[in-house]
Amino acid sequence: MEEVDVEPTTTLIPGVGLKQKHVGFEWGPGDILVYETNFKLQGAGSGGPGFPFVHVVRKDEDIYSPILRKLFNESHHIFVGLQNIKDDMPSKNKKPQFVSVSKNYRSVIRACMEELQQVAVSTQDTSLVAQYSNQVSILLAIELIWNLCEVLFIDAAPAGILLLHLLDWVRLHKADVDEKVREVLQSESPTHHHAYWEVVISFVLQGRMDEARQILMKQANLQPASRPIYQLMDSLLQKMPIFNPGSTQTLTEFDVKWRHWHEECDRYLQDNSFASNRHLETICKILVGDEDTMLEHKELLGTWYHFLVSRLLFFHPTVKPSELHYYAQSSMDMFLDSRSAPEPLDSILLAAFEFDLHQVIKDCSIALNNWWFVAHLTDLLDHCKLLQSHNLHFGSNLREFLVLEYASGLFSHHSLWQLAVDYFDHCPEFGRVYLELQIERVPLETERKALKVLRICEQRQMNEQVRSICKIMAKRALSNNRLGSALSWSIRAKDAAFATLISERFLQDYCTRGSFSDLDLIDNLGPAMLLSDRLTFLGKYREFHRLYGEMRFTEAAKLLLSLMTAKIAPRSFWMTLLTDALPLLEQKEVIFSVDQTHELMFCLEELTSDNSETKPERPAQDEDIESTKLELLRLALARNLAMAIVKEGTVEA
Amino acid sequence: MECINAKYVSQKISKTRWRPVPAASLQQPRSFATGSWDNEANQVCVWTVGETGMVGEDDELEGDPQLLCECKHGGDVLDMQFLDQDRLVTASSTGAVTIYKLHADNQTLSVAHAWDAAHHYQRASAPCTGVVCSSPDVVSVGEDGRVILYKADQRGVVRVIENADSSTIHAVTFLQTTKVLTVNSIGQLKLWDFRQQGSEPAQILSLTGDRVPLHCVDRHPNQQHIVATGGQDGMLCIWDVRQGNMPFSLMEAHSAEMWEVHFHPSNPDHLFTCSEDGSLLHWETSSGSDTPSFLQGRNTSVMSRSAAAPAGGNQSLISAWLNGDSSKGRLETTHMLPSQTLSVNSLDVLGQCLVCGTDGEAVYINRRVPV
Repeated sequence: MEEVDVEPTTTLIPGVGLKQKHVGFEWGPGDILVYETNFKLQGAGSGGPGFPFVHVVRKDEDIYSPILRKLFNESHHIFVGLQNIKDDMPSKNKKPQFVSVSKNYRSVIRACMEELQQVAVSTQDTSLVAQYSNQVSILLAIELIWNLCEVLFIDAAPAGILLLHLLDWVRLHKADVDEKVREVLQSESPTHHHAYWEVVISFVLQGRMDEARQILMKQANLQPASRPIYQLMDSLLQKMPIFNPGSTQTLTEFDVKWRHWHEECDRYLQDNSFASNRHLETICKILVGDEDTMLEHKELLGTWYHFLVSRLLFFHPTVKPSELHYYAQSSMDMFLDSRSAPEPLDSILLAAFEFDLHQVIKDCSIALNNWWFVAHLTDLLDHCKLLQSHNLHFGSNLREFLVLEYASGLFSHHSLWQLAVDYFDHCPEFGRVYLELQIERVPLETERKALKVLRICEQRQMNEQVRSICKIMAKRALSNNRLGSALSWSIRAKDAAFATLISERFLQDYCTRGSFSDLDLIDNLGPAMLLSDRLTFLGKYREFHRLYGEMRFTEAAKLLLSLMTAKIAPRSFWMTLLTDALPLLEQKEVIFSVDQTHELMFCLEELTSDNSETKPERPAQDEDIESTKLELLRLALARNLAMAIVKEGTVEA
Repeated sequence: MECINAKYVSQKISKTRWRPVPAASLQQPRSFATGSWDNEANQVCVWTVGETGMVGEDDELEGDPQLLCECKHGGDVLDMQFLDQDRLVTASSTGAVTIYKLHADNQTLSVAHAWDAAHHYQRASAPCTGVVCSSPDVVSVGEDGRVILYKADQRGVVRVIENADSSTIHAVTFLQTTKVLTVNSIGQLKLWDFRQQGSEPAQILSLTGDRVPLHCVDRHPNQQHIVATGGQDGMLCIWDVRQGNMPFSLMEAHSAEMWEVHFHPSNPDHLFTCSEDGSLLHWETSSGSDTPSFLQGRNTSVMSRSAAAPAGGNQSLISAWLNGDSSKGRLETTHMLPSQTLSVNSLDVLGQCLVCGTDGEAVYINRRVPV
């Protein structure tokens, strides 16, 4: 057995396994069925009556959350859009598109998060609140990881710009500074607020120098005595060089400028310019990149990755992507020294800083209970051509594996299955097989749903599934005694055998009732009539009745005869057809010609000779009726023949 | 397209309908109802858009639809229509026809009356696929091929036409007070007159030879003989029920099932269709070349016409939809939704407001429809 990455967690199922019974299970696409068995290790003795319940155990509950459904629906839209980005487009134009797709995904996550937060605030139920805030924290983590991956892998910013992006990343996810500053500014005397210096330092740590200066000015205005050192600090903050990717400045030029500024800060620190104000001295220490001072403000940094970014800002702003992992590891070690082992999120972020994509995806798959995140992220990274080299020893590639897992989960949902179809479409290797197997199992409550499923199958030329769905619908219609519907469905499925079966039912109904049902359908069969011989006969036979009803006897007679001579009519129906000929034979006018009458007689003889060969014992009464009918027919045929001979002879004469 | 508002509602929407506004007022509609399908528990919901008293301001457009009230619905909502301002009739996949009452003052929705299993087979219930109201008359049709007439205020059923159709009836519309038109799954239109007894339709129209199922039907609001239908192949047909068996014109509209077609209720030169292919089309016809077209065709789809103009008719009285003279008549189509992959199941248009619902669990609202 392969080693496991993490110890599996135990899920307790209430009411199962109480009496030391063995538990059986069956895999489903997104869940498993668990039941108690009567199995015993020794002997086959049954351990009393079995427990009458089957439990459904779900790994992923999020799919049933109404708010997260919005996430699935909106991201489906983005996913499909991403798949449609042309492969042949020059890669230069593609990158901005991929970045914008990534931002779209993130904004969907954010929207969901905000709604969850709102709902969490407005609900009273504490367990629900806990559930919502749990989901919020998961989404927060997801967005954090996604954003970092966007910076590092998708945008893949070079040195200089890299730090700017990382700063944005930290600012976005450490937004409590803005709340605090509002609180401070709204208080009666902001400068005396207990959080005043925390706000200033937080701004400095995030590199938001202009905002820090504005807040500092308030203090400076109140303390004319110490104004010079405030002005000094102000100019230091103002002068701090920030790399500007839009300008003509090269990275080296920036680096030189930054070093000058850094040395200047260091000088002021050395000559104790700020010694009179410990807060300003702290800021100055931060500006020169003093790690110990920064670590003293752990609660303002909050996380080791904030520390990492602040440290880079004041120590090595031109950090290259390849150097990141070194700083990341050391920052984490420094920051977390007091605490115990890093949490999953920490190791995921660290793996990202180490540019170990597969580790990121693997850790995320383990930590999250839902494939949504890994499937979409992996798909996007794959589009950026970042995952090419990796092949799995199972399934096809990593992207397809994850997308299939996610889509299968969706398909097990009673309503979201429609979304899964597009995901399967974009899995070139196994997507179709998955879809074929799953689509047949969608419950079809109404014809409209059946039509939707059929459309999905027809668009993908899944003929086998089309036939099976039509057959299901046809059988259902038949069992509900809706012959017309059943026939329509089997015509759509081009299912000749079933069409024959239904045609038989129509003919039986005719024989018992003496009239046709569902004329609107039978009269409008058109070319569909050719699907099966029996159906053709049904259509033609009905046409005979129409002609007869319209008093077009000659045409009716011709059609009736051709039904027998061309062997369209089943032998079992010949007697009925011959009986139908009776009234035509009895007309005053001669309708059947001599030849036609001969043919009718021939048919009758063929039928009776057949019957005499294989005659099962019949009730005497039936026999009587049959023989009377035969006699009548023979008489009518003979009379008609006589009249026809006379008539044809007369015309000739 | 920029004035389209999208809202994700966490349920697949099968029907959307504007709540009618009092005839006297010139106001735009402010609330609409949605019905869901394929959920474990389906719902009828009423939503409002925009704040009251903000008409004419730009803020109005930013108003996201807000849920006003909701009510459980047994089975999929297969059709829905407002009977009047406060009453709503739904057709359910369980075969029930239900009247919901909207209590506007305390903003709740409740069941006023239900005809359970109105549509049924011998042993099981049959989905009810369509309802149409012309207060107080309500007519429903179903997969069981029945046409049933009710009065909104009476508990019982007024009239049942058994075996009205041997296949599934997909939709129904009123032509006149006693006449309804149904479309079925073998491409036929059947005209029923409730004054006649028996289960024979007064008239059957069909595309000869073609058995393409028809999914929706709508009547021209002013000229009761003009009818539009949409079929499984996405084809839009305009029929003149007075004239013969053939449709007047046939237009390629969508690449999959057309789920709904609606004439604009007050400006019938405009027509709207939506489809399984995920598109919503706005059709505009202008009867004379002198009418300027303010819709610059952004996405004109292919169209063709089969029939010629009726001989000798008075041109000014003939609807633009029946004007086969292509040199005079112009028809322009515009896509009204941004790229969309999942089916648009329903649409409704009233005044300048359009609402549609999709399988992507989104409701789109456009309150500046150029009509």
